[in-house]
Amino acid sequence: MTLAERIVRGELRAAARLMRDIDDGMPSAVAELKALYPRTGRAFIIGITGPPGAGKSTLTDKVIAAYRAAGKTVAVVAIDPTSPFTGGAILGDRIRMSRHATDPGVFIRSLATRGHLGGLSRSTADVVNVFDAMGWEVIIIETVGVGQDEIDIVRTAHTSLVVMVPGLGDDIQAIKAGILEIGDVFVVNKADRPDADRAVRDLEMMVEMKHPGAGEWWPPVLRTVAQKGDGVAELVGKIEEHRAYLHTSGRLQQFEQNKSALRFEELLRDQLFARVREKIEHGGDLAVTIRAIANREQDPYNAVEALLARHLSE
Amino acid sequence: MAERRLRLLVAKPGLDGHDRGAKIVARSFRDAGFEVIYTGLRQTPEQIVSAAIQEDVDAVTLSILSGAHNTLFPRVIELLRQQGAGDIPVFGGGIIPEDDIPGLKAAGVKEIFTPGTSTEDINSWVKANIHPRA
Repeated sequence: MTLAERIVRGELRAAARLMRDIDDGMPSAVAELKALYPRTGRAFIIGITGPPGAGKSTLTDKVIAAYRAAGKTVAVVAIDPTSPFTGGAILGDRIRMSRHATDPGVFIRSLATRGHLGGLSRSTADVVNVFDAMGWEVIIIETVGVGQDEIDIVRTAHTSLVVMVPGLGDDIQAIKAGILEIGDVFVVNKADRPDADRAVRDLEMMVEMKHPGAGEWWPPVLRTVAQKGDGVAELVGKIEEHRAYLHTSGRLQQFEQNKSALRFEELLRDQLFARVREKIEHGGDLAVTIRAIANREQDPYNAVEALLARHLSE
Repeated sequence: MAERRLRLLVAKPGLDGHDRGAKIVARSFRDAGFEVIYTGLRQTPEQIVSAAIQEDVDAVTLSILSGAHNTLFPRVIELLRQQGAGDIPVFGGGIIPEDDIPGLKAAGVKEIFTPGTSTEDINSWVKANIHPRA
C-alpha cells in the first residue's frame, strides 16, 4: 500500500513518514502528494506569527485547547530555526503543548527552517496538505520567531494572527511595514504587563491609518495573557468571525486562487531551475562559464541568456 | 536536494526536575548537525512515544536522574512496540548504576551513558549507531 493510501486510512506513522520525506526532499514524496491533493482544501488553516518570545507557542497551546473543547481535531505545524553553522536545530515548541501529546485529536509536527527565509520551512505548504488530506479540521501553523519581512504565512494560512508584546515601543513603528501589514487579527500578549495599553493603541492606530474600506475586514486588536488563558475565548471568537468573513465576502476563493498561482509558479521555477542546472553541470558548461564571468571575459547577463537559448530551445 | 537529516527526540520522563544534562546533550546534537525535538521536563512515557511517532524520529534519547530508569526505559520501549513503532531505537543516560546496565540492554535499550561521558563520545556513538530510517 502506498503512503498516501495509508494516510487516507488515518495511519499516523504513514503521515509522519511522508512529512519526513517531504522535508528531506525525497523524490518519492511527489507521487504521494499528487495522490493526496484532490482530498485537500477542507481544513481551516490558522497562522500564528510574531517576534521570538511573544508567546506564540503558549498561545497555540490555548487555541488548540479551545478548538478541542469545541470538538474539532487540530493539527499543528511548529517551525523553529536551523543553525546556519551546523545545519542542526533544537525544536522546542512542543514543550508548551505537551498536555496535548496523548490526545488522539491533536497531532503536532515540528519543522526546522533548514535555511529557508520567510518564517516557514520550504516543506510547510506540503506538510499542511498532508494534514488537510487526512481530514484534520483545524491546522495551526506557528512560524519561527519573525522580525519584519517574514510574511510567507499570509499565503499559507486563511487567518493570520500577529502576536506582539508590550514594551517593544518604537520597534512597533519600525516594523509596521512588515509583518504588521498582514495581520487579520492582532494580539497583544502578556497584556498584564505595563505598557500594554500603549501597544494596543499603537496597533489600533496603525489599523486605522490603513483604513479598511466598507465591507472589508477590519483587523481587531485583542489582549491576551496566554499563560493564564485570559482573552483566549475572545481571540477564538474573532478567528471564527474572520473565517466567516472569508466565506461570505468571497475572499476565500480569491485566497485559494492566489495561493494556487504562487504555488504553481514556485514549483515551475524550482523544476525549471533544477533541469537547466542539471544540463549545464552535466555538459561541463557551468565551470567554464563561471570562470569566464569571474575573469571579466564575459558578462553574467549574456552568459545566462546564451545558456538558456541553448538549453531551452528544444 | 534529497538528503536525510537525523532527527532525535530528547525527553525527560519521570519526576526529577533537572534538565541541564538533557539540554547539554540536545545542544551538542544540534551542533553535530542533527534536528532535536526537545519535549521538556516531566513527560510521561505515553507523551514521549506519541511525540516520537508524530515527529518521525530516528531515535528516542531519554535522560533519567530519578532512579526510575528500570521502569521508564522498558515502558517506553514497550509502548513503542505496542504502537507499531518498535523499530525506533531507544538510548539514554543519567544517574544509572553500572549493575543496572545489562538489564536495561536486555530490555532493548541500545546504549546507556553515565555521568562523565563527554558529548563528543555520545555524538560519535550516535553517528556510528543511529541512522536515518530509510
